[in-house]
Parts: sequence; C-alpha cells; structure tokens
Amino acid sequence: MALVNARTPLELPSGAETTVRRPLGVFQRPVRPTGWRSWVFTVDHKKVGIMYGAGSLLFFLVGGIEALLIRTQLARPGLKVLSADLFNQVFTMHGVTMIFLVVMPLQAAFANYLIPLQIGTRDVAFPRLNALSFWIWLFGSIFFNTSWFLGGGADGGWFNYAPNNGVIFSPGHGIDFYAVGLQIIGVASLISAVNLIVTVINMRAPGMTWFKLPVFTWMALVTQFLLLFALPVIAVALFLLTFDRLYGSNFFNASLGGDPMLWEHLFWIFGHPEVYIMIMPSFGIVSEIIPVFSRKPIFGYPFMVFSGIAIGFMGWGVWAHHMFASGIGPMSVMAFSLSTMFIAVPTGVKILNWLATMWGGRLRFSTAMLFAIGLVTMFTIGGLSGVTHAFAPADTQQTDTYYIVAHFHYVLFGGALLAIFGGFYFWWPKMFGYRLGEKVGKWNFWLMLIGFNLTFGPMHILGLQGMSRRIFTYSPDQGFDFWNMVATIGAFTIAVSVLVFFANIITSFRKHRRTQEVVSGDPWDARGLEWMIPSPAPEHNYDEIPVVTELDEFWHRKYGHDEEGHLVRIASAEEVSQKGDATNVHLPSPSYWPIVLAAGLPFIGYGVIYNLAWAVLGGLLLLAGVFGWVMEPSTDPEADHGLHGGDDLEPTAEAAFEEAAAGEGDPQAELEEAPR
Amino acid sequence: MTDVGIEMTDDVKVPPLEGGHLTEHEVHPTATGISNEKLSMWVFLGSECLLFGGLISTYLLYKNRPGAIEVRDTVSGAHVGNAQRISDLFDIGFTSVSSFILLASSLTMVFAVLAAAKHQQDKLRLWLGTTAALGAVFVGGQVYEFTEFLNKGAGYTSNVSTSAFYTLTGFHGVHVSIGILILLATLALTFRERSQVTPERVEIVGLYWHFVDVVWILIFTVIYLIK
Repeated sequence: MALVNARTPLELPSGAETTVRRPLGVFQRPVRPTGWRSWVFTVDHKKVGIMYGAGSLLFFLVGGIEALLIRTQLARPGLKVLSADLFNQVFTMHGVTMIFLVVMPLQAAFANYLIPLQIGTRDVAFPRLNALSFWIWLFGSIFFNTSWFLGGGADGGWFNYAPNNGVIFSPGHGIDFYAVGLQIIGVASLISAVNLIVTVINMRAPGMTWFKLPVFTWMALVTQFLLLFALPVIAVALFLLTFDRLYGSNFFNASLGGDPMLWEHLFWIFGHPEVYIMIMPSFGIVSEIIPVFSRKPIFGYPFMVFSGIAIGFMGWGVWAHHMFASGIGPMSVMAFSLSTMFIAVPTGVKILNWLATMWGGRLRFSTAMLFAIGLVTMFTIGGLSGVTHAFAPADTQQTDTYYIVAHFHYVLFGGALLAIFGGFYFWWPKMFGYRLGEKVGKWNFWLMLIGFNLTFGPMHILGLQGMSRRIFTYSPDQGFDFWNMVATIGAFTIAVSVLVFFANIITSFRKHRRTQEVVSGDPWDARGLEWMIPSPAPEHNYDEIPVVTELDEFWHRKYGHDEEGHLVRIASAEEVSQKGDATNVHLPSPSYWPIVLAAGLPFIGYGVIYNLAWAVLGGLLLLAGVFGWVMEPSTDPEADHGLHGGDDLEPTAEAAFEEAAAGEGDPQAELEEAPR
Repeated sequence: MTDVGIEMTDDVKVPPLEGGHLTEHEVHPTATGISNEKLSMWVFLGSECLLFGGLISTYLLYKNRPGAIEVRDTVSGAHVGNAQRISDLFDIGFTSVSSFILLASSLTMVFAVLAAAKHQQDKLRLWLGTTAALGAVFVGGQVYEFTEFLNKGAGYTSNVSTSAFYTLTGFHGVHVSIGILILLATLALTFRERSQVTPERVEIVGLYWHFVDVVWILIFTVIYLIK
C-alpha cells in the first residue's frame, strides 16, 4: 500500500509530486462533466445510446424527405419532379438510410441505453469500444450521404443486384459509396454486437439467471448474435463488389465468368437475418410496454424467449425466398417455401402472447401502449402478407411489385418503427427526466397510424394490379392514379405526425424547464430494474448492484400476494428505489481515442474510391487512435471520480485514493465498474 | 482504504509476470467466470468463421471456371503455354512447407502461453518472438508465391478463379500479418516498466493466432489438396 500512503489525504490528484504515473502517450483526459466535451468524449453507455438516438432521428428526417420526394413524384401519372435517374438514387438512398441509418441505430440506441440498466450493471463490458461503435456508425453514415454531393447516390435499390451494381450499369461513384460506406457501418455494428453479447453474458446482476432476464434484453441479445454472424457475410459481398468496381475483378460479371447469383445469395444470407435484426428489438420493446400497461406479467415468458431464439435460428434458413423469381430450381423453391411458412409459427406465438398478456388486464391506453398495440396489429397484417410470399407461384406474381413494398413497410414501419416510437414515449422519462406530452402523443400516434395505413395499404392493391416497384412514373391509362394519390396523401400525413413528435419533444421540454417538475424514478408503475433508479438515470446507474430473485424484480419488490392470491402493494416505489446518490463509484474515464480512431475510417473510404493519399491520412488517424487507446488505461489513474452521482462536488480523499488504486490495476479496469 | 487489494507499489519494481499483482483481477468475477476480454475474443472469432466461410464459398464456386491465362517463363518472360485456372500454376511442395511453418508457429504460441502462465518472462519473450518470426516466414512465402504467379502471367483480374484465389488467400495473409503485429506489440509491452501483459492476455492473443492457423488448414485443403 505504499502508493496510497505516499499521498496525504488532502493532496488532490493535481498535486505537484504524485506517485501516480501517467502512462506513455496519454494526454490530459477530457474530464468536463458538462458541455459538448462531455458528450463527444464520453464512454457512458447512456450518453452513447442517446447520441445513437439523436443521430438516427436526424437521418430519419433525411430518409423521410427522400420518401416524400418519391411519393410526390408518384402522386400523379407522368410527373417530372424527379428524373428517372434521380428517382433511382432517391429510392435506393431512402431504403439504405431507413435500414442502416435509422432503424438499426435506433435499436442500437435502445440496446445501449437499456441493456446495462436492465441487467443491473454500471456500463457495458467495453465502454470505449461502445463509444467507438457510435462514432464509426456516425462517420460512416455521413460518409455514405456525402455521395449526394460527389456525383449522386447509389442507384440499384438497397440490395443493388448484379449486374446493375457493376461499373457498366452504374458508372458513377454512388455504389462505391454504398459498398465502402456499409462496410464502415458494418464494422460499427460488429464491434457493438461483440460488446453487447459479452455484456449480457458476463455482467448480469447477481441472481439474474437467463430466465429472469427481461424480454427486451433477450431479444436484443438474439439480435446481436444475428448481427455477429450476418455482418461478415455482407462484408464479403461488399468486398467483392468493391474489388469488382474499383480493381477490375469480375466476381459478378456473367460475361467474364462471374456469377450474379453469388451476390444475391451473399446479400440475402445477410439480408434476411437483417430483417429480424430490425424487428427483434422492437418485439422486445413491446414486450416491456404491454405488461406494464396491462398490469400483468408477460404471458408465457419462456415461450417469448424461445420463440425469439427460434426466429433467430430459422432466420438463417429462409433467405432464398427473396429469390424465387431468379431461377434457383424447384427443390430450392420448395425447401425455402416450407421454411418460410415455418418461421411464421414462432412469430405467431409472440403475437398470441401479447394478446394473452392484455387479456383480462387492467389496460391503460397511454401513448406508449397505443404504439405497442400498433405493432401488434400492423405487424400481424405485414406478417400475413409475408406468408403469402411463401407460396412460390403467388410470390412469382408479386415479385418486384408494390405488393412487396406494402409488405415490408407493414413489418418495418408498422412493426419496427411504431414500437420504437412506443419505446420513446415509454423510456423518455427515464432518459431525460420528463415525460413527453400524452395529449400531443396521441395525436402523434393516430396521425401516424392513419397516415401509415393510407400510404401502404393501397400499395397492396397497386401491387396486385401489377404496378412495378422502382418505376419512376406510370401512365394515366394504367388505372394506378387513385391509389397512388391516396398513398401520397398518407405519406404527408406521416410527415405531419413526425413533426408532431418533434414538437412534442420541444413543448414537453419547455414545460419541464418552466415547471421544474421532476418525474419520479417509476412514472408508470413499471416492472423492470431500470425503474428502481431515479429519472434521469444517474451516471453510475445503480448505487448498489441489485440482487435479483424474480423476473420483473422491481415489481415483486413493490407488490406481493395476500392469502387469497390477490395482488397487494407491499411497498411504495420510493421505499424500494435507489436514491442515486452514491459516491466513490468507479466509472470508466472519458477518452479522446474512440472519436480519433473512428475519424480515420471515412478518409480511408475516400482514399479507396478516389486517391490513396486520403487513405494514408486516414490510416495515420487510425494508428494514432489505436496507439493512444492501447497506451491509455481505461480508468484514469488521476481522475477524481468520487463525485459521481453525488451532490457533493468535493471529491472525498477516500475516493481519490480508490481511483488512484484502481488506476494501478488498470489492465482489467474496464471490469472495475461492475464490482459484484 | 487499506483493503483495495493492490499490492503493487510505485517505488518497488516487481517484475510483472512474477509479482502476480494482477491476480486479483484475473479472477475477477463475471457471470460465466470467463473474463470479458477472453469471451469477446471467442465471440469475435465466431464472426470471423462466417467471413472466411463466405470467402471459401466464393473460391469453391469459381475455382473451376476457366479463363485463358498466358503462362510466361518467370525469367525470360517467354510464352511457355496456356493455363485455364489458377490451380494449374500451384507449386504444392513450396506451399506445403510454408503451411508447415505456420502450423509450427501454433506450437510455439502454445509455449508462449505456457511461459506466461508460469511467469517465465524470458521464455515468454522468446516464444512470442519465435511465433511472430514463423508467421513472418509464412507471409513472406505468400508474397513470394503471389509474385511467382504474377510473373507467370496470372494477375488478380486474369479470370474469376485467380480473383477468388488472391482474395481468399490475401484475406488470410492480412489476418496473419495483423496477428504478427499483435504478437510484436505484446512482445514490446513486456518490456514496459509495469507490464500489462498478463497470462490471460497472452492466451487471448493465442486464441486469435490458433484461429488463423486452423483457418489456414481449411483453406490449404480446399485450395491445394482438393482437385
């Protein structure tokens, strides 16, 4: 203990002669608790989650504007709002943006924010890697969108089938940006997947066995496994595409021995799990919301979990149902038809479980609940139209028509996005300390639901009438006029509902600032661990790591049963909640390096596409990031972390010592934040 | 504040692998008992399997797709005949030797992990260095092989079989090279005053290294042994 004794208690870390040695290559750490630096250099999973959310809402607006452009062009026959070429770019960028820059990162936002809270730990397993994932995602997304200003976006549909993705048919740089940009974004998702898998497996609170894990965390975990195994497959496809386009290979060029079908297979082996990657966390969100507002535990918890795992496994065996029209042969078609019908079973199990959860419950129709019910109903419609694709003859008829567009918007908008909005309304008080307005929220919900059905409902009809997707206009004699107009009106209704959502954020925030009303830790009388800490969640999450004995631990601390089996309250939420005022909590220190390291990747991307000099610059940034990262202990030996979560801004000497000591043992200090 | 469990002092230098000051952390409790670092490497390697799976599938699809390659003499550059696919140019003897060297590096990696576990600093350095050197010989062999093929007239874009071959073996070569960098970085870190090279970290490096070797067994079989 010579180290500790070498300092007198009043000698703070800034003191002159300190025995704590600053490791080679480490600058002064970013330590400010407020201001932009506290966000840019943060490694806190909650801030990372909020940044993911904010970033993806921004891209949601971009993708939304692209959607409105598409619908404006198609409002009437023969319009010339967009040229055919620009239309190709807009719908491609709309698809890629909504999938990779909106839905996936929004799910990442919830996963980042909620998983550590739900499993009762203080951060993810690797906090700096978590920040790195976010910055790589953000820079990759910006990189991808800069293609608009550098000659135009990708133009082959979000799946960019060969041969349309080759240089011959798409001579601009749009698809290069697609190939390299998605590669970068994929790295972010892969890092995040490894990080969150390790977090859930290793860092659960004592007593939280696998079958006491909240359903959201379960579904997010399955999602991370899907990402883990699906991303390398798309990585291979994108590498081959990059080599084809930039280095002259012919992997997908049929005239020189290549095989366009290889692209389709690789793409959909990734692409179908991707569908579940987008929807599974939403299933989880809904499974958290519905029990709270039904005042009943989730019906059939093990079935919920196992059906999620089953979807995760079966999701790998259905990819070729995207390719029935490509001539894969009758045996393949039959096998994939069958597997596609089978995968509807676990999904149906989930729907029935949600209904059974609500059945006989004391329902409260809050905005969050409305959105959750929105998923249950709209996703069911989308799921049913999905099963119709399992029948190969019908699918051959529907392929590349608006029927498909209707189907996947019902599952992705009506499913994934509605649940995400529900999640916003549900967890907003936990994240920011105030509720979103319920009245405006209901406007938001109904406008969105009506607009959504107006937009995508008619597309079923248009598709069955034979209107092709990806066609920039149609002629008046085709009979598509009326429903296209309806769809366009619907799209603008959705736009209004999104504006209402943003207005709700602003007005609710202003009201909160005016009234200084503080929302309690448990505004909904909820069930999970995340509600037993104050709102907004303190930086260190838990004063004490909770010991878990039940599924829905917090609920069981509040409620018990009397002799007749009736539900009785045994404690108020305040009594069993944590105060959030702990001091001396070890937290990982902020770091410059994640953002530096991530900043290198887009330059390497530009270098690959344009001039290798840029790649050298990017490589140097990357190296600087890696070097700084390696040389920096994850917890700053000089940090005065004792003040975390406390009102007391004087760091206690004790805390300072503890920090100093923690810094010594730093190799494993990333674990340090979760003593158990 | 006397029970923080850190025995290391600043003024007394304890050789890191012998002092055992990190043992507290090595047994840091996690829900599974496996440390986060080691688990993350296993999880990551799971993902890598699919990466090589995709590349190997691509090669299998394309290896027999013919496309004329004009074979030149590597010295005189004279046209000596035609090949249809990359496998016509293989020198199985040479690649077998370099494959053996890579496999031998797995053995030396095991020695390194053992030395780390026994806190034998010098032996650890020796075996880390040897492993990196053997890996470098393998990569050197690959560079030589690629150059030979190129001089004989089989470039990256000659036909799809050459493209698939260079892509698959190239990706593996990059993985070995990254492994060498990690080994050298680990070796360098053992010389730091207060080394962070714990036995477990050496083991994690070993996991990656063995994975890269095992993948090569697969690739070697698929490319060179199966006709």
